[in-house]
Amino acid sequence: MTEVDQAAPAGPRVKAPGLGGRLGRLGEVRHLGLVAALVLLAIVGLVTRPENFATSSNLVSILALASTIGVITVGMTFVIIGGGIDLSVGALMALASVWATTLATQSYGPVVMIVCALLVGTGAGLLNGILISYGRIVPFIATLAMMVAGRGLAQRMSNQRTQLVRPENSLIVELSTTRVLGLPLLVYVFALVVLIGWVVLNRTTFGRRTYAVGGNPEAARLAGIDVRKHTVMLYALSGLCCGIAAVLIMARTTTGSSTHGDLYELDAIAAVIIGGTLLSGGRGTIIGSILGLLIFTVITNLFILNGLNTADQLVAKGAIIVVAVLLQRRGLKAHT
Amino acid sequence: MADEHPLLRMRGIVKQFPGVRALDGVDLEVRAGEVHCLLGQNGAGKSTLIKILSGAHEPDEGEVLLDGTPVRLAPPTAAMGHGIATIYQELDLVDGLSVAENIFLGHEPATFGFSRRAEADRAAARLLERLGHGEIRPRTEVGRLSPAHKQIVSMARALSHSARLIIMDEPSAALAHDEVRNLFRVIRDLTSQGVAVIYISHRLEEIREIGDRVTVLKDGRTVAVGLGAKHTPTSRIVSLMTGRNVEYVFPPRPPRGAHEGRPEVLRVENLTLPGRFADVSFSVRAGEIVGLAGLVGSGRSEIIEAIYGARRASGRVLLDGRRVRPGSTTHAVRMGMGLAPEERKAQALLLDHPVAQNITLASLTRYTKPRWLGWLDRRTEFAEAKRLSEALDIRPPDPRRPIRTLSGGNQQKAVLGRWLDEDRKLLLLDEPTRGVDVGARAELYALVRKLADDGIGVLLVSSEVPEVLGLADRVLVVREGRIVHEAPAEDVDEHRVLDLVMVSAGETSGSDEANPSSEGAFHD
Repeated sequence: MTEVDQAAPAGPRVKAPGLGGRLGRLGEVRHLGLVAALVLLAIVGLVTRPENFATSSNLVSILALASTIGVITVGMTFVIIGGGIDLSVGALMALASVWATTLATQSYGPVVMIVCALLVGTGAGLLNGILISYGRIVPFIATLAMMVAGRGLAQRMSNQRTQLVRPENSLIVELSTTRVLGLPLLVYVFALVVLIGWVVLNRTTFGRRTYAVGGNPEAARLAGIDVRKHTVMLYALSGLCCGIAAVLIMARTTTGSSTHGDLYELDAIAAVIIGGTLLSGGRGTIIGSILGLLIFTVITNLFILNGLNTADQLVAKGAIIVVAVLLQRRGLKAHT
Repeated sequence: MADEHPLLRMRGIVKQFPGVRALDGVDLEVRAGEVHCLLGQNGAGKSTLIKILSGAHEPDEGEVLLDGTPVRLAPPTAAMGHGIATIYQELDLVDGLSVAENIFLGHEPATFGFSRRAEADRAAARLLERLGHGEIRPRTEVGRLSPAHKQIVSMARALSHSARLIIMDEPSAALAHDEVRNLFRVIRDLTSQGVAVIYISHRLEEIREIGDRVTVLKDGRTVAVGLGAKHTPTSRIVSLMTGRNVEYVFPPRPPRGAHEGRPEVLRVENLTLPGRFADVSFSVRAGEIVGLAGLVGSGRSEIIEAIYGARRASGRVLLDGRRVRPGSTTHAVRMGMGLAPEERKAQALLLDHPVAQNITLASLTRYTKPRWLGWLDRRTEFAEAKRLSEALDIRPPDPRRPIRTLSGGNQQKAVLGRWLDEDRKLLLLDEPTRGVDVGARAELYALVRKLADDGIGVLLVSSEVPEVLGLADRVLVVREGRIVHEAPAEDVDEHRVLDLVMVSAGETSGSDEANPSSEGAFHD
């Protein structure tokens, strides 16, 4: 068991030749850096706002905030490791939330609303993938188009109005209000998505092929992997995650709106990058992305708790992206 | 004079990387106007030495003297300033820029930042003319050129820096026979003007022909300095490189006609891809190695790629009598084909991934427990990869190492290991020994023969005619996209094959008398 465990999944996230087989460690070390950053932020929180930061309500709100983008980040991690990018995630989440909260959909009850959100997300993701794989449009442009068009469609469907989840469908809202062991259900949904994402990426042929397709598409193709089909599935997966995120945001805000998820795509991409995934594909981890996201969310929280300007918060986030990437690059260089 | 101060003298060069002492005391002495050959197996330190000469690495110890004066070559601009230009194996040209823009990249003729294009074009044309390739137009986009022409552009770039020392890393690897002739002509032309050339190649014949002196590296050390390139016996050079006395050793071939009763594994009927090859028909029997001999650009690689489904072509491909879907590598692999592609790094390997994962890449579904779920049984996967890498004697014997750290020969073994399963019926090998040293070659040849003996059909493409003749049972000669000759390998020799490959392009097309064979063959 031990032998095999070190062997396989550590590989892709690791570069450094000189260290030979011990490279699993390096991946963990890098995560350690992210964990250390998180701990540091927590200490800052404890020092500056001892009475507020460590309260259960604050921690729950951090997790609830992270859940929606977190689900999207899982899908984004797959897409980026697979050598692509998905700019449409925020728009797709908005579209799915609007579509699921139209009067017509709501009349079928909460289960149909959820299924509707998932189908809209997956369908739009599938369209992304087909445009990219078979239409040979570069991912940036295809998903940019989807981002613009998706938000437009959401505005049209909702007449730019916020659509409330009707009382008889409050089952959805209970995802946010019902608590198990002190945590709202939507945090469990997030955790489940992360777990499944991790398993798929590290323990299945699909995950292994994702690394191959992103790392060297030509080699993957010549090894008999159907690269186009795989790419389509990656974007469909990202779309599905947007659908799940739509359900979560409906639960949290009790609304569907074309303005949901504004700039989520950038937060998700930033989280993935901070987590150590290469934008050029072929390398990265789910855990890293989630840690990256938590760092982002905690920073937001700290700024709010300390009553600081949100504009400063954006500057801080930008700086963190740059610092994280610089540190990772140095970590890699030391070994090449 | 040359004896007083050689153009370049390196003494006791040491370069240490984390975990590896890449160079451990290298001496090198190059005189103006000579072709100095650098020989050594993969991993002997040639690449590191080149990088030091080009300024990409700085040596940890040792000194470099140019004309007797100590110099510092790093960073690369400094090396260029000293008149040292390097032409890398993987040409470092920008595909999207024009020929002239590439040649003058970094030192464009310009006034106040505005480039003087017409002047650059004229200067580029002069340089290309000097290299005997006036037909390459300065405005052409480099991405559209053949590998041979790209190399000429690289050399033009070196000349544009008024280089005194040009380093060529396996310049002939991507070239066909007659292009190598032209390359040699250009090199002689340069050396007669006093330019020194450091020439790196795995092909001893070339070194004999073009080289003046040879320096041999082994394990990061110089083991012989300044041997005469023409007269030093091959056995001595090989034994210096390897510590062994090995020539290309081909495994014994089964007797003639041994395959006649065997079933046809592969049958190709009227395969046609306009502009590349036409009406190609042949078959490969179980246990048989069939070699495709031809120039680069003759269509031989394209034929293999079409059979494998990496290119779409009309005509029929049958594997074990069953039609292979055109244009789908996935289907080809599922039917039982395997390919070791021409560009190992770019087309076959996941460089940062462990050896084990590179071996199992094509057969992942064999290690899934419920297949529909795709759950990987990594214990079985790793065990199988380990077994294969031991069986293939992949060194170092650690399947967890990133494959990037292995030598070319060991990387190639891993690529072949990818296809060692009982479902494989046909192996397509495109330049299987490119960049592979002498010792590992013999192992690869033996491996390929053993696979054939186990009943697999093998289709082999190689630029090295002796390799095709030595390894294959049957040879098909390809010229301008057509099979022009077919014979048992024993019945033809190198001369005959080269004749067939090159002869009549000029005659049949009747176009270009001065340069009969190259043009027709190289332009798609």
